[in-house]
Amino acid sequence: MDIYLFEAIINGILLGGVLALLALGLNLIFGVIDVVWICYAELVMCGMYMIFWLHSFFGWPILLASFAAILGVAGLGVLLHLLVISPILGSAPINQLLATGGMLFFLQSLATLLFGTDFRNIGVRLPLIELGDIFISYSRLLAFGTALIGAVALYLFLSRTYLGIAMRAIAQDREIMGLMGVDQRRVYLITSAVGGALAGLAACLLVLQYDVHPFIGLSFGPITFMICVLGGLGNMIGGFIAAFVMSQIIAVGGYYFSIEISYVLAFVFFIVLMFIRPQGLLAR
Amino acid sequence: MAADQNGQRSLGEGAMLTLCNISAGYGSFRALFDVSLEVGAGEAIGVVGPNGAGKSTLMRVISGMLRASSGELVFEGRPLTHVPAHRIVEAGIAHVPEHRRLFARLTVEENLRIGAFLPQARRHYVERSEWVYALFPRLLERRRQLAGTLSGGEQQMVAIGRALMSKPKLLLMDEPSAGLAPLVVDQVFDLVRRIREEGYTVLIVEQNLQQVLDVVDRAYLLEVGRIRLSGLSAELKKNPAIRKAYIGL
Repeated sequence: MDIYLFEAIINGILLGGVLALLALGLNLIFGVIDVVWICYAELVMCGMYMIFWLHSFFGWPILLASFAAILGVAGLGVLLHLLVISPILGSAPINQLLATGGMLFFLQSLATLLFGTDFRNIGVRLPLIELGDIFISYSRLLAFGTALIGAVALYLFLSRTYLGIAMRAIAQDREIMGLMGVDQRRVYLITSAVGGALAGLAACLLVLQYDVHPFIGLSFGPITFMICVLGGLGNMIGGFIAAFVMSQIIAVGGYYFSIEISYVLAFVFFIVLMFIRPQGLLAR
Repeated sequence: MAADQNGQRSLGEGAMLTLCNISAGYGSFRALFDVSLEVGAGEAIGVVGPNGAGKSTLMRVISGMLRASSGELVFEGRPLTHVPAHRIVEAGIAHVPEHRRLFARLTVEENLRIGAFLPQARRHYVERSEWVYALFPRLLERRRQLAGTLSGGEQQMVAIGRALMSKPKLLLMDEPSAGLAPLVVDQVFDLVRRIREEGYTVLIVEQNLQQVLDVVDRAYLLEVGRIRLSGLSAELKKNPAIRKAYIGL
């Protein structure tokens, strides 16, 4: 096989890991709270700025800054739930979409106001790994590995713990959760924190590869939504698989054509598939 | 234990659960009008009546799924009138809801785990689940199966088992025989008997009057949101009005 094609496939898999992490977070929020956080990628942007400022400005070690950003974005998730979602939980879905969509512009504008539109880089340069004739970016490999660990941790949490099982149950029958002794509001808060923490983790991995600017969310947000819908909204496994399908289309398409065309291909694939399977690849 | 036998007794005294003039409804629709009833510890009580009488609404009020618009609810001397559902389970009331309401895409075992969600129940999960599996050996065979794939009777076992996981003092059962084949209905009433023998206090709502009167000590007849009659099961079975309207004799 062509060595460059092989490299593209490897890069596609590595990209898929981070996209899968984002899709898992968004699916978790949707599955449990039944609300779509349109501003999910903007939370990632906030996390990237946190790491940038803590590391570059306050001189915190990168690992400590990353850890703080995960906690920080988890906190943002809780705030988002308390201030925006919780008051409108009972209202029409379109209002919830508008509210979280409004948060997207609010966070973008706030970041522009606070930090300007400069591209900021944390200045951490990780080496390339050479495997025979193939070059693999160490930061991508790290991102992939960490994302996979995050996904496995989430899987174990959802399948082994009382709280995790309650989170899966709540999506099936909200009304009777109280009869099980489950306080819905508490589960929603914890879910928002976990969803935020996943966005924070994604921020740590992305800040190693990309410059931060107020509109960086637009690079991941739309593709994350497509992945979630493609996998069947709320379906964790579907989203996980769809992330790798999409990332392969982007990577391999980029090898045969160009990276711009490959995104067009991904969107076309998405649209065509929505006609064939509107419920998503693995709808429940 | 029965209030009818003791004659005059002040409300709440000695009874495990006391409802005093409970009214409730949905929006402007009122489903319950000044309902009062008592359940003593160790008793099995039936609430019977036709479809739409307000039986399920009554259960929902007791377990906190629905707020009473007026009246008082006292459990073991504690007022529970405006307590949210998850606190009521903590107090020791478990509710087997109408239509079972299992988590269909979770396994039998996971459904039981959810039933033991409370910290006080988690500590005893292993012994409780062993006890439930001993009560319903069929569930042990199927514990890794998705609850939605079970038969109606088996699903009812899971629903009852799930409620028992919290080690309740009072078990509410809402129409446990609904939607089941006649043979399975008999099995369900056998289950109720076995649960009684284990010493549980049971409040059971049923349309299936004849069979429920065989299992409970006392019963209340609920019609259009009001208690019409109450008494010992044996007496109610002999009551001409009941025989005519509900038993078909």
